[in-house]
Amino acid sequence: MALEIQQYTHLIDQVNAQERVARLFSRSIKKESKMQALHLALSMIDLTTLEGKDSEGKVKQLCYKASHLHDKYPGLPNVAAICVYPNMVPIAKKSLDGTGINVASVATAFPSGMADIKAKLEEVKSVVDAGADEVDMVISRGKFLSGNYGYVSDEISQVKEACGKAHLKVILETGELVTLDNVRLASDIAMEAGADFIKTSTGKISPAATPPVVLTMLEAVRDFQTKTGKKIGMKPAGGIGTAKQAIQYLVMIKETLGSEWLSPDLFRFGASSLANDILMQIMKQTTGQYQSKDYFSID
Amino acid sequence: MSERINIQKTYKLYIGGKFPRTESGRYIKWADKKNSTVVNICRGSRKDFRNAMVSARGAVSGWSSRTAYNRAQILYRVGEMLEGRRDQFMAELTLQGLSKKQAEKEINQSIDRLIYYAGWADKFQQIFSRVNPVSLPYFNFTSTEATGVVAAIAPDDSSLLGLVSIIAPVIAGGNSIVIMASESFPLCSISFGEVLYTSDVPGGVINILTGYRSELIDHFSSHMDVNAIIYCGDNEDDKKLVEMNAALNVKHVIQFPVQDWAKDQHQSPYHILKCQETKTTWHPIGV
Amino acid sequence: MKKVKTWEYSPAPESTDHIQLKDKYDLFINGEFVPSSDGKYFDTINPSNEKKIAEVAQAGKADVEKAVASARKAYDKTWSKMPAKERGKYIFRIARLLQERAREFSVIETLDGGKPIRESRDVDVPLAAAHFFYHAGWADKLEYAFPGRTAKPLGVVGQIIPWNFPLLMAAWKLAPALATGNTVVLKPAETTPLTAMKLAEIIQEADLPPGVVNIINGAGETGRHLVNHGDINKIAFTGSTDVGKYIMESVAGSGKKYTLELGGKAANIIFEDAAIDQAVEGIINAIFFNQGHVCCAGSRLYVQEGVAEEVIAKLQKRMDTLIVGDPLDKNTDIGAINSKMQLDKIKEYVKLGKNEGGTLYQTSCSLPKKGYWFAPTIFTDVSQSNRIVQEEIFGPVLAIQTFRTVDEVIAKANNSPYGLSGGVWTDKGSKIYKVSQDIRAGVIWANTFNKFDPASPFGGYKESGVGSEGGIEGLSGYVNLV
Repeated sequence: MALEIQQYTHLIDQVNAQERVARLFSRSIKKESKMQALHLALSMIDLTTLEGKDSEGKVKQLCYKASHLHDKYPGLPNVAAICVYPNMVPIAKKSLDGTGINVASVATAFPSGMADIKAKLEEVKSVVDAGADEVDMVISRGKFLSGNYGYVSDEISQVKEACGKAHLKVILETGELVTLDNVRLASDIAMEAGADFIKTSTGKISPAATPPVVLTMLEAVRDFQTKTGKKIGMKPAGGIGTAKQAIQYLVMIKETLGSEWLSPDLFRFGASSLANDILMQIMKQTTGQYQSKDYFSID
Repeated sequence: MSERINIQKTYKLYIGGKFPRTESGRYIKWADKKNSTVVNICRGSRKDFRNAMVSARGAVSGWSSRTAYNRAQILYRVGEMLEGRRDQFMAELTLQGLSKKQAEKEINQSIDRLIYYAGWADKFQQIFSRVNPVSLPYFNFTSTEATGVVAAIAPDDSSLLGLVSIIAPVIAGGNSIVIMASESFPLCSISFGEVLYTSDVPGGVINILTGYRSELIDHFSSHMDVNAIIYCGDNEDDKKLVEMNAALNVKHVIQFPVQDWAKDQHQSPYHILKCQETKTTWHPIGV
Repeated sequence: MKKVKTWEYSPAPESTDHIQLKDKYDLFINGEFVPSSDGKYFDTINPSNEKKIAEVAQAGKADVEKAVASARKAYDKTWSKMPAKERGKYIFRIARLLQERAREFSVIETLDGGKPIRESRDVDVPLAAAHFFYHAGWADKLEYAFPGRTAKPLGVVGQIIPWNFPLLMAAWKLAPALATGNTVVLKPAETTPLTAMKLAEIIQEADLPPGVVNIINGAGETGRHLVNHGDINKIAFTGSTDVGKYIMESVAGSGKKYTLELGGKAANIIFEDAAIDQAVEGIINAIFFNQGHVCCAGSRLYVQEGVAEEVIAKLQKRMDTLIVGDPLDKNTDIGAINSKMQLDKIKEYVKLGKNEGGTLYQTSCSLPKKGYWFAPTIFTDVSQSNRIVQEEIFGPVLAIQTFRTVDEVIAKANNSPYGLSGGVWTDKGSKIYKVSQDIRAGVIWANTFNKFDPASPFGGYKESGVGSEGGIEGLSGYVNLV
């Protein structure tokens, strides 16, 4: 199995992928379908704070926001998870107790991944011990780009093992992989090695989640299911700030993977500001008036 | 001393790089004006044309896929061979009624025309091909490609220069040709076949038939495997017949009126273009 | 966690309230809208609901005479005498006006022809404007197009266009003819006359000298009068090969020039080293673009055996996501079949395909009750000997065969009297050049399909036509080189 994936078995034509994206994104989502999509997108958000200046206070505020998106408007879903640095896992876990919202932690020397495997595994174990429900690891891009796919694959397998019951999201950091061929190969390697989710980016590198990259990864997920029967989740992260973008991605999922993937179990948005834009859109749809940011909390 | 008996030439067809007699066994008596020389010319038949078409079709892909440089050299070689056979053509052209001076001019110009087109063979594509600036992230280029098999009714009044002026641009462009020689002056058309035979033109690329226009023109223009038909002449009924028949398989129709082929304006890369298709290719530009 | 089980798109119809349509359209002759001499009008209907949209004047022999006379006068008196750069400015004007009214044209194109608004909005109308814009600039630069020769206009050109891209084909025909200094009598197809009549309004608005462009409507009979008119210098035709042959016969011996853009049965070739997901998308674009009403449609698919199973499975899945229905809905992928006649022809071929033993797959979309509809259809288990592989269906019907070697597939691709276009999908550069060189067709789409641009020549080999349209090659069909 490992041998088979260590080569480009699926090539991606960039221009055609962009054209496919353009066509998908030209779908016009209006009225009831738009409202449905906005609710769905909210429930798929991994509300994220990954900054050096993060503090316990900041994380607490974010956790409150996660289950109180806009209390003036009842019936809204919670976001799917909070995504934080390892040292913030305990405080997040405590703050979210009883909400049903997961705690996701980045790990494996996020965002660069430049540490030895021992240190990475220790970090993974420690966040899992601290109660993280989901672990977002980064792959070793340097090894990948130098053709050492076996290393990348082994590392993911070991992290997966260290995760235990926690769900593993594998961040490919596609902005550093550059080509869609690489994105596809890295997706295949990650899924073969045990990823529960594959994720585009750390959010620290530009470009982050671009539409052709997401499409390429969704197609990899689809082909993996055809081949193995397993359903792998997908998480674009970084650069998704508007409700319009979120809906476009829902269209992409629906028409690439089918309605089954339209669920937080199999699809997430890694985002910090997306929730509020969606909330504004929901209010606009409800009231008919365009909204101001002043009316939506910015935790 | 007894007079030596001449060896008279048998004029045959030129098909597939060989000199067969007409399969029909028929002949046309051809005599010079003084009736002093009388020869038998093959009266080419529908089946001869069919056989020539088979040869031409068989030869075209090989010929068109040769390098342009190679085609240029072969055309040049045809010119060389013609130069070396001046005497034979002088004799035939004068027998066909030209003065020595006229015959010499015709031979010179025929040779020069071959050299002219030899020079174009590896250049015309540069003139007529291009990269097109499309408004999409695609590399888009247009190039010329040989039309395929060309059937031609050669000029009747210009037996050598007319013939050469039709053949040279057609084969410079990578096509093969089946050409019906001048009915009135057929002698040096067949001799031109001998030039071709000794000049590295692959068999089947050029095929020369003799016979009656009125008999063959219908077959030339109606054959379903002909890609382009060239008609030289002013006969309105013939022109209409050719155009009607061309509709059967949407042949390209190229017509030349009776004209003085000696004029420089009758040699041009645009003549090569007449038997070229335009192919445009698109490809995305990406990583 | 909250789950939404199914998420369907709500209807998203393009609004029709900003368009201006009259109940009745006359002929456009000599810069004016005039009724037909014998007072005959015919209905043009919306093929998606069979409702009448407007009635349109039917040009008889006398009207054709009038139109040609007006074009001749305009040619002699104004258009051929006008400085080329001024001619160009008029054409630029048309391009601009068309861009300004793009939305109105898209909606009317969709109403009259049945094609999805997504295509008329994103393809037909912008490309039509681009054609005018591109050719406008050529008007005063023709000496650079034909080195060593001088380009002279032909005179009066008769142009007959089809119903599959009504406005775009009008632009393809008019723009180069006008840029090179000819005057025109244009006959749109009888099922789709409206955008051409709207274009006539623009031409009037642009102040084009009267008679330079005349637009007359009608069916085959009107076309025949135009083709056979003694004072026409050239016929430019896009349509079926049968009619093309008829035109060749009709003009035989008349000295009229012609360019013909005729039928096709393009091979679309997928090699096993292709980018498969993009190739599948390419197959969709090749055959289902504009309901398959495309002369260059990739209607013969050849898939290399090693990937055939994967490609066909993915193709079927992708087909299932195609939205068939109201052409005005912005999410519609496949609109209405253009006419009942065409629908009957498609049905006939599909029946034939089944009878010949082909295996059919059709998407299970629900088709509207009113109007002319046909579900996206593919056939497997067919061979070169099947008629649905040989003949142009002009509908959303794809015939799929597998192959093993390059030589085999090239031979099969060329095993057709047509030669308009071809597709090749492989990631190997040298193979692209080899295959695209060997396919006998005028347009080769390598790792793409159905792309068009005014700068890119388009035309066919063999029974697919004579001459090219677009680019410098397209200009050459409208000039005498002296």
